[in-house]
Amino acid sequence: MAASKTVGDVLRAHGVSRRGFMKFCAATASMMALPPSMVSTVAAAIENARRPSVIWLPFQECTGCTEAITRSHTPTLEGLIFDSISLDYHHTLMAASGQRAEDAMMQAMEENYGNYLLLVDGSIPTEEFESHSCTNGHTHLSMLKDAATGAAAIVSVGTCAAYGGIPKANPNPTKARSVQDLITDKPIINVPGCPPVPTVLTGVLAHYLVFGTIPELDPYGRPMAFFGQNIHDRCYRRPFYERGQFAETFDDEGAKKGYCLYKLGCKGPITYNACATVRWNEGTSWPVQSGHGCLGCSEPDFWDKGSFYRPLSAAYWGDARTVGIGAAAGAAAGLAAAALARGKQKKAQQEEKA
Amino acid sequence: MNEGLYWEGMSLLDFARGPALRWAVIIFVIGIVWRLTALLLASRKQLEPAKGSATSGGMKTLLTRSAPAHELEKNIVFQHYSGYAWHIGMFVVLLFFAPHMLFFKDILGFGWPTLPNLFITFFTVVTMGILLVLLARRLMNPVLRQLTTWDDYISWLIAFLPFLTGIMAFTHITFGMRYETVLALHFLSVSALLIWFPFGKLMHAIFIWPSRYKVGAAFARRGVRA
Repeated sequence: MAASKTVGDVLRAHGVSRRGFMKFCAATASMMALPPSMVSTVAAAIENARRPSVIWLPFQECTGCTEAITRSHTPTLEGLIFDSISLDYHHTLMAASGQRAEDAMMQAMEENYGNYLLLVDGSIPTEEFESHSCTNGHTHLSMLKDAATGAAAIVSVGTCAAYGGIPKANPNPTKARSVQDLITDKPIINVPGCPPVPTVLTGVLAHYLVFGTIPELDPYGRPMAFFGQNIHDRCYRRPFYERGQFAETFDDEGAKKGYCLYKLGCKGPITYNACATVRWNEGTSWPVQSGHGCLGCSEPDFWDKGSFYRPLSAAYWGDARTVGIGAAAGAAAGLAAAALARGKQKKAQQEEKA
Repeated sequence: MNEGLYWEGMSLLDFARGPALRWAVIIFVIGIVWRLTALLLASRKQLEPAKGSATSGGMKTLLTRSAPAHELEKNIVFQHYSGYAWHIGMFVVLLFFAPHMLFFKDILGFGWPTLPNLFITFFTVVTMGILLVLLARRLMNPVLRQLTTWDDYISWLIAFLPFLTGIMAFTHITFGMRYETVLALHFLSVSALLIWFPFGKLMHAIFIWPSRYKVGAAFARRGVRA
């Protein structure tokens, strides 16, 4: 597809009706927390937007992000919008392979220098491990740096690209870094999640198409429209938390009744994502609805924050051995203090006698 | 269990849940055992002949001091019963809020039933209200103010902060801070309490029993009412 076509042209070519298109625009505007009056602006902007060239670079990743985005939206309108950007390089999805694929990427980067969107999934190994992750003989660190130079903005897709994710988990055997650790002179939008909610990614791209800018971001670089509220506050199981009704195990009566999963380690209270509202697979379900607590996968270093099944309020207080050593040390200090006091007492009594 | 607690980019909440709490627990245990050992080993030469049973006097006083002495009742009834209300409220919030119970379950290995959040909110507000009233009373009553040391004010603050940060986190009234930051402050306020506990007046929670006993025993030896 030629990059010069507008999104509207492409949608019409795909047989998308005006009504269907407007419904999508209304949904997108609402997802982005825009007032209803902005729907027509959204529609006009998306329809007339020149399809931006998008280069998607997968690094140290599992392809889960790509799987999520392709599988869950076939063939919805969001899928077509995604199709309607000019995805010039994505080595998992593109038909071309080998040198041809690399040539396509180089060509897109040259033709759209300064204007293309760079999407990255996966973290990047660095220092002595730089060569541990390569494509076509180029290290991913060098590829990221080259591609970032001509990018208008970068979208870090998934927690690995956004924060380092699982590859960066302690002890970080490849000295993996996130995109924002390595590129500091470009606007970066983090769309974390393991994998991210597909609608969130299309929403972010739609925002870019409409406004030509990056959306408002939270302190972790995530779009506020999708990551502004935590899972716990939007969870449909929240009333059970308030009432003190919890699932104690994964198959007890409470679990069958859909009670709160806090006791089973749900990280909803400290996790910011759109899962609870947007849900997955065209709004069918999401992890908590399927009976498993939130893992907190859209948060930095979620892999290192203890067991997924440990309740949030169960802190890392230590262990019996440490407490025992502490008690022994305390007893020794107490004995010493008592001995000292008795010594003083004796001395005072002797002085009194004398 | 505590492996992997240290990693790059540890957040304030991670620090509060992990290293801060661990060190606070260690200091708490050392302090409690140290002071208790020193107290129990302290000796006092008994010069006078015993006029009554020290043991029974001590045991009796453990109970009798739980109610105000008849002669003093009029003067201390407010502080006595507001003290009861505060302690009961504090224990309800501490033990029967589900996340708190889970904190203790992790340490003790067993749990217990908890209360709906509505009750916890009620008791939190009541206990905070009582603490504020008692502080105001302490500041306004000239005699009490004279008797008050820095230890009292610090202990009041240390006891108040977990409630304040707890209710802030629970209600999401965070004054612009992120929820995680407030939750971290809640954990840190508890760590501060644990560290201060053995060395300030909060230690009364432990000392109340041996000190009541010792006073009762000493009075009984002399043949007077404790």
